Amino acid sequence: MSDLVKFTIDGRIVEAAPGTLVIQAARLAGIDIPSFCYYEGYSLQAACRMCLVEVEKTPKLQASCTLPVAEGMVVHSDSEPVKQARKSMLEFLLTNHPLDCPVCDKGGECELQDMVFRYGAGESRFTENKIHMDEQQWSPVVFYDGPRCILCFRCIRVCDEGMGVGALGTVNRGALSLIAPNMGDHLNCDECGMCIDICPVGALTSGSYRYQTRPWEMEHTGTICTHCSNGCKTTLGSRNGQIMRGNNRDRSGINGEFLCIKGRYGYDFYNHAARLESPLLRVNGKLEPVSWSKALSAVAAKFSSIRDAGGTFGVIGSNHTSNEENFYLQKLARQVLKTNNIDHHRTGDIVTLIDALAGSTGQLAASQDFYDSKAVLVIGSDLALEHPLLSFQVRANYRHHAAHVYVATAGEIREDKYATKTIRLSQASELGALEELRAALSAEPELLIVFNDMVKGDDVRKLVKFGKSLGIPVKYCALVDYSNSRGAADMGLMPELLPGYHASNMPGMTLPEMLASGDMSALWIVGANPLKSAQLAAKKAFVVVQDMFLTETGERADVVFPAAGAYEKNGTVTNVCGEVQKLNRAAASVGAKPDLEIMGLIAKEMGAAAQMGAWLPETIYKEIQSQVKGYNIPLAMVTLSAQQSTPVNGGTGVASRPDLVWSAHDGLFTSGTLGRYSATLNSVMEKHRSAAADQSTVSH
Amino acid sequence: MTFSPELEARFDKFLAKYPADRKRSAMIPMLIYAQDEIGVITDELVAEIAQRIGCKPLDVNEVVGFYSMLHRKPQGKYHVQICTNISCLLVGGDELWERASKKLGIGHKEVSADGLISLEEVECIGACAWAPAMQVNYDFYHCVTPDQLDKLIEGLAAGRKPEEIPVAKVNC
Amino acid sequence: MLYNQPNPLEIRLLTRRFGLPKSASIETYLATDGYKALERAMGMSQEEIINEVKASGLRGRGGAGFPTGMKWGFLPRQSPKPKYIMVNADESEPGTCKDRLLIEFDPHQLIEGMLIAALAVGSQQGYVYIRGEYRYLIDVMDRAIDEAYARGYLGENILGRGLTFHVATHSGAGAYECGEESAMLESFEGKRGNPRIRPPFPAVAGAYQCPTVLNNVETFAAVPAIILQGGAYFAGLGTPKNGGTRLFCLSGHVNKPGVYELPMGFNLLRMIEEVGGGIPGGKKLKAVIPGGSSCPVLKADECDLAMDYDTLAAAKSMLGSGGVVVMDEDTCMVKAALRIMRFYAHESCGWCIPCREGTTWLRKLLQRFHDGQGQRSDIILIGDVSRNMLGRTFCPLGDAAALPTISIVEKFRHEFEAHLDGKPCPYESKSRLVSA
Ligand SMILES: Cc1cc2nc3c(=O)[nH]c(=O)nc-3n(C[C@H](O)[C@H](O)[C@H](O)COP(=O)(O)O)c2cc1C
Ligand code: SF4
Ligand code: FES
Repeated sequence: MSDLVKFTIDGRIVEAAPGTLVIQAARLAGIDIPSFCYYEGYSLQAACRMCLVEVEKTPKLQASCTLPVAEGMVVHSDSEPVKQARKSMLEFLLTNHPLDCPVCDKGGECELQDMVFRYGAGESRFTENKIHMDEQQWSPVVFYDGPRCILCFRCIRVCDEGMGVGALGTVNRGALSLIAPNMGDHLNCDECGMCIDICPVGALTSGSYRYQTRPWEMEHTGTICTHCSNGCKTTLGSRNGQIMRGNNRDRSGINGEFLCIKGRYGYDFYNHAARLESPLLRVNGKLEPVSWSKALSAVAAKFSSIRDAGGTFGVIGSNHTSNEENFYLQKLARQVLKTNNIDHHRTGDIVTLIDALAGSTGQLAASQDFYDSKAVLVIGSDLALEHPLLSFQVRANYRHHAAHVYVATAGEIREDKYATKTIRLSQASELGALEELRAALSAEPELLIVFNDMVKGDDVRKLVKFGKSLGIPVKYCALVDYSNSRGAADMGLMPELLPGYHASNMPGMTLPEMLASGDMSALWIVGANPLKSAQLAAKKAFVVVQDMFLTETGERADVVFPAAGAYEKNGTVTNVCGEVQKLNRAAASVGAKPDLEIMGLIAKEMGAAAQMGAWLPETIYKEIQSQVKGYNIPLAMVTLSAQQSTPVNGGTGVASRPDLVWSAHDGLFTSGTLGRYSATLNSVMEKHRSAAADQSTVSH
Repeated sequence: MTFSPELEARFDKFLAKYPADRKRSAMIPMLIYAQDEIGVITDELVAEIAQRIGCKPLDVNEVVGFYSMLHRKPQGKYHVQICTNISCLLVGGDELWERASKKLGIGHKEVSADGLISLEEVECIGACAWAPAMQVNYDFYHCVTPDQLDKLIEGLAAGRKPEEIPVAKVNC
Repeated sequence: MLYNQPNPLEIRLLTRRFGLPKSASIETYLATDGYKALERAMGMSQEEIINEVKASGLRGRGGAGFPTGMKWGFLPRQSPKPKYIMVNADESEPGTCKDRLLIEFDPHQLIEGMLIAALAVGSQQGYVYIRGEYRYLIDVMDRAIDEAYARGYLGENILGRGLTFHVATHSGAGAYECGEESAMLESFEGKRGNPRIRPPFPAVAGAYQCPTVLNNVETFAAVPAIILQGGAYFAGLGTPKNGGTRLFCLSGHVNKPGVYELPMGFNLLRMIEEVGGGIPGGKKLKAVIPGGSSCPVLKADECDLAMDYDTLAAAKSMLGSGGVVVMDEDTCMVKAALRIMRFYAHESCGWCIPCREGTTWLRKLLQRFHDGQGQRSDIILIGDVSRNMLGRTFCPLGDAAALPTISIVEKFRHEFEAHLDGKPCPYESKSRLVSA
């Protein structure tokens, strides 16, 4: 590393790496130079002039956001001229900024408001007329209030550089300049809301939150998004137990401030009118609301009698329920119902990957690796649509570290735009084409290979072999679909594998087998909807379903329990990279109970309470910690930040089951069954469908 | 979109002026010459040019709004531009402007009912030493007197071509 | 046909072909020493060319007056990137109308200047960025370029000496800010005319981020004469460090407005009287904008000075772009300030806060003031707001708006006071139109 540069700021001698900007060096030293346009991680603008500082021997004030530190430089960031300049910039800004703070969504968290308070520019000498403009709605999600806009260009950059979308631009000139959407009067974009989040003022507001409440009236709960497998932290603001908005304003978590539409707005399924609020019991062929005790005793009685009669159980778990719930479910199935007929919908072949990596350590990628790895190879997946955070990280990696990105997919993907090399292959049998990349890849210092369900079974082994043959350190990520798809596998929701990928000595039936067998006596389906696309062969089977909504599977059930959503409970989930994170309850549920509690109550009714132990998430986590390979992580640490589990062992010893692995390939605006109940996702999809009709010209 | 063969030929020439991977440089020249032919910048034109130079329509839209000679609203067949900037102002450019506006009954950036004439108060057009100055489309008129202005406007309004009106254009 | 009669006090070096029959044609050019400087430059090293330009004392004619030879010397010699020659023919500074004539009447002189610059820095491609309003000049320039290609002065293996150089015109579309060099480059690349963060300067990262020589039309046009007649000769025409002649655009209240080529350092009062033929109607001089609307105005009693960069800087104004705007005693300085601010508010690109908001604020304030709605405190406010812009904007346009305004409120405060208390503008009633 080159030598540090020494310079003086506000009388303090500060050291910084050459090339560091004065504003960065100052902030690192705890001196806060204000800025609107300067935003760490995005391109420099020097437009807002809030960061002007005095530099000795330089006649004019200098923008510290574009000024690299220099040896011996003497900077003053709190002198009178500097303070006067800042105050004057604010005065300028306020000449065209409406003073509607009392009704503005941003009131209380507005950077402009804060700075005016700090520099005392509240009194304006401006007495002329302001430019008036009507508010515009650009999408179901995004609203723009031109007069409030201070033209810091953050939104444009986050959309273009951060998201790789580039749906925002500037139109007009001078004081009439405005931010404009790509389709003239509306947006065609990811609808991620990043522009809204990054806006320092209330110029961009969200359809879901605007004029709903004030920031200080909400309670803020950091939890994990319940949609895709990337596991973004989302901070849910709630008032009286109602969720009002989602964002990640404290930038904690693996996603920093990133969130896609699902993490930011897709919480709205939780109070959908179709939410189940009472258990349902089939009476005379019809599902009717009944009390919890009636439903529970009906299930317990039936389960007990089937078990005692040696009937066949089938248990199907969820891609969304918590690790604790998954662990409890498989334990209850295996120990109380005495069955290994337990499975879940497998969306990526993590099982084979773990087997193929047997004996090695540190080869499962963490989400940070997507930002740090010098090279990334994307196989099969349209990353930007199906794994928004990972895609965001790869783009940031390219922007900040000039990472080399390689793409091997069937069609064009967003990563193509900056890829070092792109090849097209539509199925795993064409993986041989990777040889075209061999020379380039083996010249890389390291590589991260990320693949989706196109690569499964033996093809995973081949891919790992290919990786090994490159002679460089390689990490892998097997993409899976949902918020706890990975946790479901880790917790042993599989007939052939117990928690921690230990082979079961009595493998049970797989999910398709359970559905296809005419002999099932009972089917217990927790947070899954297998009957959406399949028939249940066992016409007489007793079916118990736990869900938030009356799904296709629920329609077939004999008993349905209303389940709490992920935002209504505590626990842990594990993301696509095996990172364990903490779910925290942000909203109250009406009538529903967490799946763990429902299962606990069923166990209790069956007289198995003592055998199963307490159904508290913390208690079960302790069990997971001690029993599940790779999960020996104290809950306190998980509470602090994501912790990667390390489940690779000496080999699973079971055969690959590529036939069981298929991804639903949910895009940005779908999220399995859950997505059907999000008004925001649906409204955006509706809009995009009609936009597709008028032949959109926006490339992605 | 289809353009005249002359404009197509001009586009080809523009696109050949810049390095092969820098076709975007042709954007502004293409826009202004296309506007001359079509009379206005439409969404269709924006999309067409974007496609020809390999960028997004938004990139073109950003540019259109920036330049004062690019118009999203149709102008008259004759776009009368009167400079009122400092050198012209000193010798009555503002009076000329008001005279024209009154005579035509239209204001800044407005078009006569028959679509023949549009009016714009413009910034310095580089004729300061021969002020007051104006342009009709791209033709300059120097040292314009009230009389000449009247003749010119009346002639244009009566459907005559600028060259048929006995007021001296320069450099044409 | 010339737009104004030449004056005997002129030293017609860059304008010497003006008024010749078919002065823009290559035949006329060749018949009057055309492309001789190029031949001479071909026999010189890059160092020698740059040194000759340095010796001439030539300073940029676009406004800032940066020494041209030094600027050329900033281009990295060993860059693997292509280098570009870029002509700034955006000429939009109010009061300025000279580059127009240099292209209209002698386009080959500009091409030759570009060729010599190309030799000096090793460039193979040049562009002439012409403001969109000057459509006819694009045609003039294109014709000249075609002629030069036809005669082998452009293209490959120029004059059989292995030199390659291409030139093309490029049209702007109405934006003063695109005269600012970095905004021009953005505009040239098909973007909004927002200026770039500098450094890097165009010499290092200009067109397409490649090393670029970017100069004003007049600057390039002076180069053939410098090579042909020597830097020392050129330097000797002007004052120390202010080499050569300069095209002054004399406008406003003079009897004989026009573009005149005068030696650097020519006395301003003499220019008004002897070149401009004095003020019409025998009126008294009130003020002069010495170098385009961006410069602080000079009061009548400040005008007895030499028109060169250093003298004007000492007088706290600027030589700027050579636009000399003369204002007589009946001129309303509030109205002048207002009109100038209307221009800057219209032309502010909108990138940075102080310029975008400051110019609009001042425009509204000055309008209200001129309309008779001003208050005494507004006079201070006008100065304050201008000073809050000064030196703090992203590019010099903010300064260009602030400087003349500050000078007018400071030097003509009494005229602001005369507009107070709802009084009508004391100068409004008199018509300025000439009905000849
Ligand atoms: C707002 C602004 C407008 C400008 N307009 C012009 C212009 O129209 N023509 C020009 O040659 N230079 C203009 N300049 C100066 C250019 O930035 C640049 O300094 C000049 O073209 C360099 O050439 P020179 O060294 O030959 O003068 C302008 C500068 C600013 C800040
Ligand atoms: S930030 Fe720097 S931040 Fe914005 S202009 Fe500054 S000038 Fe700046
Ligand atoms: S001021 Fe009118 S042409 Fe320059």
